[in-house]
Amino acid sequence: MNLTSRGERLTGRIFLIALVVVTLLPFLSMLSAALQPRGTVPTGLAWPSDPQWGNFGAAFTAANMGVLLRSSLLIVVGVVPIGVVIATMAGFGLGHLRVPGGRIAFGLLLLGLTLPLEAVVTPLYYQMRDLGLLNTRWAIILPLIGLYMPFSVFWMRAHFTTVPKELSEAARVDGSNTWQLFWRIHVPLARPAIASLTILLFLWTWNQFLLAIVLVDDATKRTMAGALGAFQGQWGTDLVLLCAGSLLILTPTLIVFLIFQRQFIKALIQGSLKG
Amino acid sequence: MTSAVGSTSAGAPTRAGGEDRQPPVRPYRKRWGRTAGWLGWLWVLPALSMYGFFVLRPLLTTMQYSLYNWNGIGRAEWVGLDNYLTVVTDSDLLKIISNAFILIVFFSFAPVCLGLLVASLVRRLSAGPFGTVVRTVLFLPQVIPLVAAGIAWTWLLSTDGLVNQILRAVGLGGVTRAWLGEFDTALPSVGVIGTWVMLGLCTILLVTGMSKIDPALYEAARIDGAGPVREFFAVTLPSLRQEIGVCLTVTIIAALASFDIVYISTSGGPGIQTTVPGLEIYRLAFSQRQVGLASALAVVLMVLVLVCVLPIQRLTREEKA
Repeated sequence: MNLTSRGERLTGRIFLIALVVVTLLPFLSMLSAALQPRGTVPTGLAWPSDPQWGNFGAAFTAANMGVLLRSSLLIVVGVVPIGVVIATMAGFGLGHLRVPGGRIAFGLLLLGLTLPLEAVVTPLYYQMRDLGLLNTRWAIILPLIGLYMPFSVFWMRAHFTTVPKELSEAARVDGSNTWQLFWRIHVPLARPAIASLTILLFLWTWNQFLLAIVLVDDATKRTMAGALGAFQGQWGTDLVLLCAGSLLILTPTLIVFLIFQRQFIKALIQGSLKG
Repeated sequence: MTSAVGSTSAGAPTRAGGEDRQPPVRPYRKRWGRTAGWLGWLWVLPALSMYGFFVLRPLLTTMQYSLYNWNGIGRAEWVGLDNYLTVVTDSDLLKIISNAFILIVFFSFAPVCLGLLVASLVRRLSAGPFGTVVRTVLFLPQVIPLVAAGIAWTWLLSTDGLVNQILRAVGLGGVTRAWLGEFDTALPSVGVIGTWVMLGLCTILLVTGMSKIDPALYEAARIDGAGPVREFFAVTLPSLRQEIGVCLTVTIIAALASFDIVYISTSGGPGIQTTVPGLEIYRLAFSQRQVGLASALAVVLMVLVLVCVLPIQRLTREEKA
């Protein structure tokens, strides 16, 4: 590491800084547009003489953001806890209890890891219609739980295969049944894995777009990303408002990411490396 | 049901349900097998049934639909493989499929190459806070909704956008254009958005991979007189086989199954210049009401993903296995 020459080091640093700037530019450019007076046509990146922070408030009201936030949260609350609990149980069954024939179940789940969502979205529409769930949040919640299972079970199973069997042995000697074993011993131990999975499922649900626009017409019952799609259709010509609204909509995910950065990145890396 | 497994010892009492509360008289393995055997499936069942009902079942339905001519409302008419024949002969659909393959260059190869460069720079220059900042910032596009990325870039690449503003500023005013609106530049422009989104993921995966490389290998290379470039090709690249495989897998799937970015930034236009299979499936199924053809395209897309991804998995696994 020390053999790198000073010149090389400088060029390298400059390159990295340039890349960081390029990565941030779209955000900055959106911010600069969002702060221009409404009704004007913004150009590129120009700091307004009189930044209109009120535009964010206007976008919040125009997009009915309070309702959208609530809707997204409802969907997240529907998807994430159920998804995490049943994936943890399945991971426990496949990874720790090693149920007979578990390999077949696991292979079936692996199939889903590469599946493009577009391959199932059409039948999901008709399936939801037949269930009478079209245009309800359930139409997003239920399929998402299923669609996340391949990764989630995979993720939890990877954790449970590393837990020593002796632990369960000892608990059983103390007279606990499998249910107690799971909740009292294994779930507390799996907390880091569960936390990572929770963060990932939250972000993926929040950002889900295709399912939201196909299965729910009413933008106020969609995920944030789905609602943003409708917002673009409605406010596409009012660039100032559109940029302000987009920034508002992407802020929650940014905040969650910045808070849980470490777990998030770890989860994604381990999840994909084991895939 | 509960006694099916672990009944190797003749005297094992069978029980209909209930959990094991006996004192540990018999060897551990047998008790384990009996309680956890087939009953263990109860743990897997909720996850598996959600997956089965909302993924496997629709998947089979897609295959079924693909053999019919159906408008989603009326009677479906059996057409056998006709829809598939259309997919592989219709020039528009072939163009749409080839668009997805062009996007692989931007979504997959570019981020992996650039990611390798960035990761080796980060490793060599800045293990400290600077490196963390670089990684975090590059990762940001990966966490925001793709829709937001699409909107940001649509604005950036528009006639009055930042890209043209910069070009004018450096005296390249003649090159300016509506990047997403013109035939030659639309698809590469969509691709650039993909590169921007995927770079962070690839970088972080590769940095992680590099941190696992034994420093002794670098020492050895240096003693042999290898410069940074030789070092990269002799040590870094071969050690990253698995990580590169993962990057390629994830990004190729993202390219072939792309939808959000294209839908927002160009809606597939101009013409079908930026239409990708994902968007076409959506359009065929929900605006054209050609559910059968949409489903055939969906099956083809799925097969294409597998055909691209499985060999990579195989190639990158072998060494470590």
